[in-house]
Amino acid sequence: MSTDAANTPSVVERTRTVAADAPVVAVHFLDRTAAFVLGEEAVLLVSGASDEKRVAIHGGGILSAACDGVRVVTGGDDGKVCSTDAKGESRVVATDAKRRWIDQVAAGADGAVAWSAGKTAFAQVGSSEPRSLDVPSTVSGLAFAPKGVRLAISHYNGVTLWFPNAQAAPEVLEWKGSHHEVTFSPNGQFLVTSMQEPALHGWRVADRKHMRMSGYSARVRSFDWTAGGKWLATSGSEQLVMWPFQSKDGPMGKQPRMYAAFAVRATRIACHPKQEIVAVGYADGTILMVRIDDGAEILGKHPSNGPVTALNWDATGSLLGFGTEAGEAGVIDLG
Amino acid sequence: MSDQVQPEKLPVTVLTGYLGAGKTTLLNRILSEPHGKKYAVIVNEFGEIGIDNELVVGADEEVFEMNNGCICCTVRGDLIRIIEGLMRRKGKFDAIIVETTGLADPAPVAQTFFVDENVGRRARLDAVVTVADAKWLKDRLKDAPEAKNQIAFADVILLNKTDLVTDAELREVEARIRGINPYAKLHRTQRSQIALNEILGRNAFDLDRILDIEPEFLHAEDHDHEHGHDHGHDHGDGHHHNHGGLKHYHDEDMQSFSMDTDKPLNPDRFFPWIQKLVAEDGPNILRCKGILNFKDDPDRFVFQGVHMILDGDHQRAWKDGEKRDSKLVFIGRNLPEEKIRKGFETTIA
Repeated sequence: MSTDAANTPSVVERTRTVAADAPVVAVHFLDRTAAFVLGEEAVLLVSGASDEKRVAIHGGGILSAACDGVRVVTGGDDGKVCSTDAKGESRVVATDAKRRWIDQVAAGADGAVAWSAGKTAFAQVGSSEPRSLDVPSTVSGLAFAPKGVRLAISHYNGVTLWFPNAQAAPEVLEWKGSHHEVTFSPNGQFLVTSMQEPALHGWRVADRKHMRMSGYSARVRSFDWTAGGKWLATSGSEQLVMWPFQSKDGPMGKQPRMYAAFAVRATRIACHPKQEIVAVGYADGTILMVRIDDGAEILGKHPSNGPVTALNWDATGSLLGFGTEAGEAGVIDLG
Repeated sequence: MSDQVQPEKLPVTVLTGYLGAGKTTLLNRILSEPHGKKYAVIVNEFGEIGIDNELVVGADEEVFEMNNGCICCTVRGDLIRIIEGLMRRKGKFDAIIVETTGLADPAPVAQTFFVDENVGRRARLDAVVTVADAKWLKDRLKDAPEAKNQIAFADVILLNKTDLVTDAELREVEARIRGINPYAKLHRTQRSQIALNEILGRNAFDLDRILDIEPEFLHAEDHDHEHGHDHGHDHGDGHHHNHGGLKHYHDEDMQSFSMDTDKPLNPDRFFPWIQKLVAEDGPNILRCKGILNFKDDPDRFVFQGVHMILDGDHQRAWKDGEKRDSKLVFIGRNLPEEKIRKGFETTIA
């Protein structure tokens, strides 16, 4: 961002502010309803100019959240996996037999849900009973492949790829070290994890070719694919770091592009669903929207206290929801 | 470090000790005594704690290597995850206690707080507390390297089950402990009975508080210094300083020593020296810490280290009339003491 914030165009006045009163873990859109997943117990559903509904779903902390556009799936330290829709109807998908923490959740096509407790990943696809798979160490990330029902399970020293409804043995993509968040590229050709070190690791799924993406000043805790999947936009540095994935070799041998240089680190990333625009949340609470074409920036939120911890667009790209660790939340209406 | 507003960090106490030493008894005591505080407890074995507490979390002690070129740099992956999860419920508890298994090495736990920025931003290591069995520790020091590690690493040691040994045996085992780690606070206990303020809220890893632990830090071991220090701080009831008649043991492979000088140091020589030292000998250096007097620097510099990880900062201005000494302490395995002493001398300005 230019040092002169006053010169950056702003859409701050288009924000509907929401009193979350709790750290915001995630925000997802169920059509035009923003679902703010709070650190403890509740999901806060916000729509229109004034509708607001707080739904208590977990008996404790909420550790993870995912969304398929129809419902928000959450995992809690009460050992429950819950699914909540835009009306606030919530149901328990599963309860861990040993009441272990539900560390990770993922939502896939056609209502598929995955979750993990300790070293065990679970998946429920269609109407069948949940299936489970044990991996060598605690599950640290889950992601469904964009097509089909293949689940990526990240853990120490690699990622396990598993077809929950097939008999085939799971495949393991190995890379030494501790892997956290995991994501498939929208075309399903690449798999990327964020590592405990300030770096990403990627595989080309077809031939398992490795790609290392490093140079960050901190662990990458948030990434997202731009519309069409040409770029992987990432946090973890004092700017927006974009890795090129438009060719069949992905970022192999290429340099990332950098945008929106800032005084503090980017903490959350959300790519616009239709255009090559990336919303970036920073460690001081600032939100910027960056156009990839020309690097133009628009201010979405002024700095405050505490990092941006939740950021997401609705499916049309006219609403941007945000939340911070300090409990600020809001919806910016760009329509 | 991080550039955002610093929220108040939650103190984390690490509880170690060989199997059967009395860790679980101590934990139950911490959880059940009416002290008005709430603790989140990370345990390695569920069920051992007989108390129903929703803030008791089971952990798997996953020790992960870091690919950062630092060969002994390991972290507890489970802690990174659990501490982040506990932060969702911030405000529901006052501190975190991490119980390790009897065979655990405390270093990965400590290193987690220095290596993982997110953990380090929200929580701080308070102290490593080791419970030792007065009757069996002597044997464990011979056959269990883990037990020795836990003693060497400790900030506070509870020498427990003292009712099961004679006075002579007790002095003997204390001398063995002191032979490994003369810098920890040592308490004699029975059934893990101890005032909780002796083990919690110690600030043993807080650079700002190195001053407060200084008396302990100084009079341990330095044979060629007179023993006339002021004891400006409170020694607990169980704390014993049996200088008279105490046998001196030197453990075969685990040692500690201190160095000091009243001559100012040259920072341009000191930092390269200590960085090279921990890069080369870090695997053997369990802990080090120091207070430094740099030439032409009005401020005291304090530092601490765990294996290859160093953490240091200017602490405060030297006071008028305060003796401007530099002091360093090392605890480790097969330490090249001569090499370290000679190296240190070359950093004098």
